[in-house]
Amino acid sequence: MVRLPYLTALTTLFSYGLLFAFGQMRDFFRRLIDWSKSKSKDLKGYAPICLGLEDFYTRRLYLRIQDCFSRPIASAPDAWFDVVDRYSNDNNKTLHRTSNTTKCLNLGSYNYLGFAAADEYCTPHVIDSLKKYSPSTCSVRVDGGTTNLHTELEELVARFVGKPAALLFGMGYVTNSAIIPALIGKGGLIISDSLNHNSIVNGARGSGAAVRVFQHNSPSHLEEVLREQIAEGQPRTHRPWKKIIVIVEGIYSMEGELCKLPEIIAVCKKYKAYTYLDEAHSIGAVGKSGRGVCELLGVDTADVDIMMGTFTKSFGSCGGYIAASKEIIQFLKYTCPAHLYATSISPPAVQQVISAIKVILGEDGSNRGAQKLARIRENSNFFRSELQKMGFEVLGDNDSPVMPIMLYNPAKIPAFSRECLRQNVAVVTVAFPATPLLLARARICISASHSREDLVKGLEVISKVGDLVGIKYFPAESPKLAEQKKNL
Amino acid sequence: MASAVMNMTTAALDWVSVAFDAPLARAVVFGVHIDGHLVVEVLLVAVILFQLTRKSYKPPKKPLTEKEIDDLCEEWVPEPLHPSISEDMKAEPPTLESAAGPHTIIDGKEVVNFASANYLGLIGNEKIIDSCVSSLEKYGVGSCGPRGFYGTIDVHLDCEERIAKFMGTPDSILYSYGISTIFSVIPAFCKKGDIIVADEGVHWGVQNGLHLSRSTVVYFKHNDMKSLENTLEKLTRGNKQAEKIRRYIVVEAVYQNSGQIAPLDEIVQLKEKYHFRVILDESHSFGVLGNSGRGLAEYYGVPVEKIDIITAGMGNALATDGGFCTGSVRVVDHQRLSSSGYVFSASLPPFLASAAVSAVNYLEGNPSVLTSLRSNIALLWKGLSDVPGLTIGSHPLSPIVFLKLKKSTGSSKGDLELLNNIADRMLKEDSVFIVSTKRSVLDKCRLPVGIRLFVSAGHSESDIRKVSDSLRRVATTTLAEHL
Repeated sequence: MVRLPYLTALTTLFSYGLLFAFGQMRDFFRRLIDWSKSKSKDLKGYAPICLGLEDFYTRRLYLRIQDCFSRPIASAPDAWFDVVDRYSNDNNKTLHRTSNTTKCLNLGSYNYLGFAAADEYCTPHVIDSLKKYSPSTCSVRVDGGTTNLHTELEELVARFVGKPAALLFGMGYVTNSAIIPALIGKGGLIISDSLNHNSIVNGARGSGAAVRVFQHNSPSHLEEVLREQIAEGQPRTHRPWKKIIVIVEGIYSMEGELCKLPEIIAVCKKYKAYTYLDEAHSIGAVGKSGRGVCELLGVDTADVDIMMGTFTKSFGSCGGYIAASKEIIQFLKYTCPAHLYATSISPPAVQQVISAIKVILGEDGSNRGAQKLARIRENSNFFRSELQKMGFEVLGDNDSPVMPIMLYNPAKIPAFSRECLRQNVAVVTVAFPATPLLLARARICISASHSREDLVKGLEVISKVGDLVGIKYFPAESPKLAEQKKNL
Repeated sequence: MASAVMNMTTAALDWVSVAFDAPLARAVVFGVHIDGHLVVEVLLVAVILFQLTRKSYKPPKKPLTEKEIDDLCEEWVPEPLHPSISEDMKAEPPTLESAAGPHTIIDGKEVVNFASANYLGLIGNEKIIDSCVSSLEKYGVGSCGPRGFYGTIDVHLDCEERIAKFMGTPDSILYSYGISTIFSVIPAFCKKGDIIVADEGVHWGVQNGLHLSRSTVVYFKHNDMKSLENTLEKLTRGNKQAEKIRRYIVVEAVYQNSGQIAPLDEIVQLKEKYHFRVILDESHSFGVLGNSGRGLAEYYGVPVEKIDIITAGMGNALATDGGFCTGSVRVVDHQRLSSSGYVFSASLPPFLASAAVSAVNYLEGNPSVLTSLRSNIALLWKGLSDVPGLTIGSHPLSPIVFLKLKKSTGSSKGDLELLNNIADRMLKEDSVFIVSTKRSVLDKCRLPVGIRLFVSAGHSESDIRKVSDSLRRVATTTLAEHL
C-alpha cells in the first residue's frame, strides 16, 4: 500500500493548485481574446465538442508535458529500441517527428517473455502462415473466419491455462466489453475491485447489471459487501439477485500487486458467487511454468469460473481469450457479440501465439521457455530489491514484473521522464486520470530479454535521475548494512 | 325543582372558586395577580410541553442480526451462469484450411467463397504479403503497449497520414480493432444529456456505443428520410438550449443488416437545416463506393468536410484488421485522450498497419478493380432475379447482396432454420459457401434475417454463375413445402 507522507501531500496539492490557477488565468485571457475576434460562421448553432472545464485538464496540464507520452519508436519494442526524436515550435502544442532516432533501454513495453521482436522459432512459422492464410480473413468467426489455426490455438490455450475449453477474440479490450454483457444482465450484480481496468468497467456498464465496488484486494471487505447485498437484494424491490459475479485481476497493472486469490475464491465459494479472473498481465509472466496467478498462488483452476487473458503482453501478439467450462464456451459462441460480429483475429497473430506457447511449454524441442521464465523472475526480483535499497518507494509484490516508482509531484513527472530519456533510458510515467490525482508514478516493466548489464545500467541512470529529481523518499540502505547482510 | 338544581350548582361553583381562590387570594407574584384560572392555564401548558417531548410512536427499526444474514445467504440460490444448451447452440461453423480468398478449401474440397468481405480481392495479393513480411522481420508481431506508452510505431503514423491523404481530410487516427472503433468514438463525443438520432438498423457495435454514451437516443425508421425529418423536427421544436447540447445523427453508409445505402445528400441537407453533426460508419463502403473508392461522400458528390466524423473498419475492403476515424484536426485530437479503445488498449500490430498502407496504395493505383467489383455485383443481380422464394433486399450498388424470404415463417428463428438449411445444402452438394445473418440475443435490431452474399472483385464470371445456379436449385427444393 502507498504511504503518502504529509509534507509530500501538501506540496503535491499546492503544485496542482498552482497549475490550476495558472490554467484558469490563461483560459480567462483566451476568452477575452476570442470574444473580441468574431466567431466563425460555420459553428454557429452547434454546441462545441468540449465545453468549459470538460477538457481543462487536457488543454492546460497535459499539453505542457505532452512530449513525455506517445513517443514513437522506429524498431521492434525489444530490450533496446530506437525512439524517434520530436521537436516542437509552439511550446508542446504540436509535435513533429524528425528522421533521427536515439537507441534507448526499454523499460516501458509489455514484453515480459521477450517475444516482442523477431524470434528465431516463432517468426519463420508466422511468415509461413502469413503466406498461406493472408493477413486477414475478412470475415467474422461464425461465418467464414474460422481457420485451422483458430481451432488449434483454442485447444492449446485451454490446455495451457488448465480449463476444458477456450474462445479467442481479436482484441483484449473487446473481450471484456463483449463477454460481461453476455453473461449477466439486468437483475444481476457485479462486484468488482476498485482498481479494475477500464475495459471491465465498460463491460460492466454495458451489461445493465448493478455494479458495486469493494476495496482493492481486501477479501474481508468483499465478504461484507456480499453479505449486505445478498441480504438486501435488488434496490427498491428487494427481490433476490439473479446471480452475482465477482471480477478481479491477476496483476494490477498500476500497482504491480498480485491479487489475494485464495482468500477471495474462498469467500466467493461460501456465498455462491461466480468468479471472473482477468489475467492480462499475469498469464505467461508468473508461475513456475508461466500458467499465471493460479499456479503461483496454488489455486485450482476449476475453482475460478471464468478466466480471461490477453496475448499482447507475454506472447508478443494481439488478441484475447476466455477459458471456462465447455458449456459456457458453447453458450458464448452462440451469444457473444464479439464472436458474431467482429472480424476474426488475424491468422499470423494466431500462429505467433501458438509458437510462443510451444516455446514456453518446451514443445519446440529446446528449453528456451524455462530459461525465459527463470530469467524474468530473477530480473524482477533483482531490480525491485536494488531499487528499494536505493531508497525509492516501489510498489508491488515479489515475482511481479511490474514495478511502479512513486513520484507524487506533478513537476517530477516530466522531469524524471525527460532526464531519463536524455541518458538513453525510456521509462513510462503515469498521472491522472489513470491513477488517483496525488499518486503519480513511473512504471517499470521488466522483460526476460533484459540482460544483467542492461538492468545495472538502468539502475545507475534511475539512481542518478532520482537524486536530481528528489524521489528517494525512503532512507537508502547504507553500504555497511548491505555488507553485513551479505556476510550473514 | 329546576331552580333548586340551579341554586345547588351555583352554590357548588361558588364554593369551588372560593376554594381555589382562597389560598392564592392575596398572592402577588412578580406584580401579576395570580388568579385561579392562571393555575389551570399553567397546568395545561405544562401538559402540552410534556406531550411534545414524548417520542412519536414509530415501529422500532431492527437491523438484521448476523444470524439472520447468515440464514438469508444460505437460502439464496443463484441462477446458473449459462442457460441450458439447446441443439442450435451446438452448431459449429465450417473450418477453412487455406486463405479466405474467392476460392477456399473446406474439408479438403475446394469451394467458391461468398462469405468473406474481401471486396477488392486483396487476400493473397503479392505486394501486400511482401510488405507484411518485411514488417514482421523488422518489428515482430505485436506492438507490446498502448499508444501512449511506446506502442506508437512509425508505421502507425505513416498509415494515419496515408489514410488522411487518401480521404482528403486533415487528420486520422488508427484503432486496433474494427468493431471497437465505433463503440469508442461515440462515447468520446456524446455524453450524458446529448441527443443522438440513429437508424434502427445499425449493427451491434453502434448500439453498444450508443448505450455506453448514456445520451438520449431516438431511433428512426430504417433508411426512411421522412421519418428522420419528423424526428429531427420533433426534437428541435422549441428547444432553446441549442448552445449547450450536442446533437448527432448516426448512420451507416452500407448497412450490414440489410445492404441498404444511406442517402447522404438528403442527410447532409437535413443536418444543416437542424444543426446536427453526422457520424458515418463506412466499414462496408470504404474502398467500394465512389469512382476512386473514397466512400459514400465521393459517390454522392458531397464535399467530405461536411461530414463531421467518418469511421471505418479496415477488415473488409482493405483486407487487414483494425479501424480508423477521420475528420477535422479538433475531432481527431480529442480522441487521442478521451477515446477508451485508443487509450486503454494495445495498438495495432505493425504488420497490419503496413498492409493497410499497401492496400490503399494499390487501390489508388488500380481504380479498375472497382469496375470489376461493380460488374460482378450486376451479374449476380441478374443471376438471382428468378430464384423462387427469395428476393433481393439490398441496394443495387451494395457489395453485400442481401436475400430475404418472400414469405416469412412467422418467427425469425424459423426463418433462420430454413436459411441455414439452404446454406448447408449448398456447401455440401454444390461446394458453394454462403452464410445467413446470425443475431446475438443482445442485438436490438429487428430487421428481418436473410442470406448475405459478399461479392468480391476477385470472383470470376463462372463463380457468380455457379452460386446463382446452385441457389436456384437448392431454394426450389428446400422452400417447396414452404411456399
